[in-house]
Amino acid sequence: MKLKLAFISFAILITTILAGCEPLLVLDPKGPQAETTANVIWLSIFTMAVIVIVVISMLVFIVYKYRASKQKEDYEPPHIEGNPIVESIIIGIPVLIVIFLSIVSVKSTYEVENIPEGYENQEPMVIYAASSNWKWHFSYPEQDIETLNYVILPTNRPIEFRLYSYGPITSFWIPQLAGQKYAMADMVTKINMVAEVPGDYAGRNANFSGKGFAENTFTATALSPDEFDKWVEEIQSTAKPLTEEKYEELLEPGHLGQMTFTGTHLEFKPAPEGENAGHHHGDADEEIERNDQEEGLEDHSNH
Amino acid sequence: MEFFERFAIPHPSPLIYASMVAIGLTLIAIVIGITYFNKWGYLWREWLTTVDHKRIGIMYMISALLMLFRGGADAVMMRLQTAVPDNAFLDAQHYNEVFTTHGVVMIFFMAMAFVIGLMNFVVPLQIGARDVAFPRLNAISFWLYFAGAMLFNISFVIGGSPDAGWTNYFPLAGTDFSESVGVNYYMWSLQISGIGTLMTGINFIVTILKMRAPGMKLMKMPMFTWSALITNVIIVFAFPVLTIALLMGTFDRQFGTHFFASTNGGMDMLWANLFWVWGHPEVYILILPAFGIYSEIIATFSQRNLYGYKSMVGSMVIISFLSFLVWVHHFFTMGHGALVNGIFSITTMAIAVPTGIKIFNWLLTMWKGKIRFTVPMLYSLGFIPLFTIGGVTGVMLAIASADYQYHNTMFLVAHFHNVIIPGVVFAMLAGLTYWWPKMFGFMLNERIGKWGFWFLSIGFVFAFFPMYITGLDGQARRMYTYSEATGFGPLNMLSFFGAGLMAIAFALIVYNVYYSFRHSPRNVGMDPWNARSLEWATQNPVPEYNFAVTPVVNSSEAFWDSKKNGHQLFKDKITKIHMPNNSGMPIILAGFFFIFGFSFVFSIWIGVIVSALGILGTMAYRSFENDHGRYISEEEIKETEKEYGGAK
Repeated sequence: MKLKLAFISFAILITTILAGCEPLLVLDPKGPQAETTANVIWLSIFTMAVIVIVVISMLVFIVYKYRASKQKEDYEPPHIEGNPIVESIIIGIPVLIVIFLSIVSVKSTYEVENIPEGYENQEPMVIYAASSNWKWHFSYPEQDIETLNYVILPTNRPIEFRLYSYGPITSFWIPQLAGQKYAMADMVTKINMVAEVPGDYAGRNANFSGKGFAENTFTATALSPDEFDKWVEEIQSTAKPLTEEKYEELLEPGHLGQMTFTGTHLEFKPAPEGENAGHHHGDADEEIERNDQEEGLEDHSNH
Repeated sequence: MEFFERFAIPHPSPLIYASMVAIGLTLIAIVIGITYFNKWGYLWREWLTTVDHKRIGIMYMISALLMLFRGGADAVMMRLQTAVPDNAFLDAQHYNEVFTTHGVVMIFFMAMAFVIGLMNFVVPLQIGARDVAFPRLNAISFWLYFAGAMLFNISFVIGGSPDAGWTNYFPLAGTDFSESVGVNYYMWSLQISGIGTLMTGINFIVTILKMRAPGMKLMKMPMFTWSALITNVIIVFAFPVLTIALLMGTFDRQFGTHFFASTNGGMDMLWANLFWVWGHPEVYILILPAFGIYSEIIATFSQRNLYGYKSMVGSMVIISFLSFLVWVHHFFTMGHGALVNGIFSITTMAIAVPTGIKIFNWLLTMWKGKIRFTVPMLYSLGFIPLFTIGGVTGVMLAIASADYQYHNTMFLVAHFHNVIIPGVVFAMLAGLTYWWPKMFGFMLNERIGKWGFWFLSIGFVFAFFPMYITGLDGQARRMYTYSEATGFGPLNMLSFFGAGLMAIAFALIVYNVYYSFRHSPRNVGMDPWNARSLEWATQNPVPEYNFAVTPVVNSSEAFWDSKKNGHQLFKDKITKIHMPNNSGMPIILAGFFFIFGFSFVFSIWIGVIVSALGILGTMAYRSFENDHGRYISEEEIKETEKEYGGAK
């Protein structure tokens, strides 16, 4: 009976995977960060599959062998308290698996948080990505360009997205390039990624943020460095400058298509980092200043 | 007129108006029905004012089933809306309200109530007590829960439902982005029922520690009682965090403070932290009693003692401890860096070890057993593989780097339903079927029950397994729609099909109650399942005083030992029994709390003041009340026992 259930679930899983003509986004990485997570996911699926198979086989075997209908009427099951050896095994093996996966987890987490291996020597290109209800604003301080709901990336160059939000917490996500990171109103978070293959990749806010959440998407397009430079030049010569007035208009709740401007909003509306942050953490000068103040308070109380 | 405008629904739809009419008609029908059959007096004397743990337990479970249907209707609406791409059945706002209420209702008002209901019914019986330690407090707990549940449920017809998700993250849940009173309802209904839950926690800890039958040492308690004890310890530590978080949220929304605001020194992620400091232990508040139930059922229907009793207890203690050390895994993506994520990733995975011990102990309990496939056992057998799959996907989610890809997707939705449904819902249905004869003196029909089980299990697989795949394909949770180009369509349709099967299963389960009520033979005797623990040593259904004579216990399977090993449970003679009196004070107090919450939701301060005075007045009245309870005479007990025993 359990066998039937297990078989059905397994069959569904296989058929649905086979039925999908295209590989699943998360498992179809186009950059080193997403590749790391995809590898970790496959590794964990295989490890976990072993556990599931062991448990289900034990269950099927035991239920089949010790079902009442097969046993003699007068069979009295024995009283068994437990056995130190058996219990050490059922504790020991899971502990080993957990230790193994803990190492995988910590190592891969450091990997995806930092600039990917092989790209450490390059200076990352900084792009600010700010969410407002229900749009994404991308600012290129280096190129002095701002785009709305789409972002163009040069391939094979580390990108550092700096994320924040006007309003609800959102989660910046381009599944084929890297995992998510929250964007919040009172601080800036960072996410590193590299696109290794040119192409269009779906991006979205993955964290529920109200009425327009479902359509809070953007496209990330990876271009070769030459094409990227061409794109920058073209924008510089054709797009209109972004004014403060226009930007306030863009921040109004709603959905807008893709737009492009020269200049960035960072000039008149800086990101909540450093001295503009809601909580002044991470800033070394500030830290020292605060410590001084605290010491001062202590002195005061001692008197 | 202006006064009444605040009660209007901000986002009306024909569906809501239809529900309004349905609610109105049902209420009228109930009132007319009770009046026609002249049952008001019976209802008031026997149920509404009762302090009997068994009746309170049953009322909890009836409420939980009602809430299951409310939350289930929400679920079917969600799956219907997302069954095909670009569906227009629900708009975004309505969908947001529906998934918010689905989550809140299922966790707080269904699962919690079901768990507490079963604990109420079973725990005092399992430890050989006459009632819980504080029977009247127990009634207050129930009525506060009920007031909270009702307050939450009227939100969608008066003033609008909450729409910020059951996790209610700020600043989305703040007044800037959620203007209607919906989130106020969330705050107050959870606050009121949360106070009830906290009191339940205290009540059961005292009950289990102080009121066990003579000879029942801690390590001789039945496993369900152990799980209840640990659960209630978690409740007492976790719920105050929720209380404070809700209060801070209320202050932010209604008095303009900035605890969770992103300006003026507030911190939006503080809510997320506080919520999950409560929220993760909450998961174990739900699952540990379920583990307890499975332990009882698997032992009974394998006709064997529970394997590894000590490691079962130990693993629960470890789980309860670890449950407070993992909350950050709910937002690995917050940006607190690899070190913090690494630590919480490891603590999270560590929980898999004690949970794994339990799974293997259940398997080893069946080893050399004599396994009978009754309905409760089928649920337990279905639980093991399905929960294992849910558990291992939990380990996958615990790997922080991979979680960056799973977070906020349907993969996560699949995972937590995969642990909660086979874990908690199956356990509740198994427990309900198992203890049903104790409650009502007849059995539920096995054949219909088995049909229900199969529909539920297969429906579950169809409904939730596809979500693992769409999640990995990039489908975020809580999206009211998606375009055809995403390719999510067919798998979502499959989910909807599964949800349909589950709906049929619940219809079958309810039909089974009706069918068995009509057709099942009465007077099933003391021990219809050939069970092992102490609660089966008294009559079915259980008399008001539980045990005519306090039992003497010397093992965790006292009843089994009395059947097989000649242990004598009842040594004393029948004497008069002291019982607490019924009281109308709990329901009146909860009524005031309901008015208090409702008035607060709409900032009607006069209502708040009056009901607050009512609450204080009721409590003051109780403080000065002189009530020493009453005695059931020896003759009455003997007669009752004869009546039950004679019918065997």
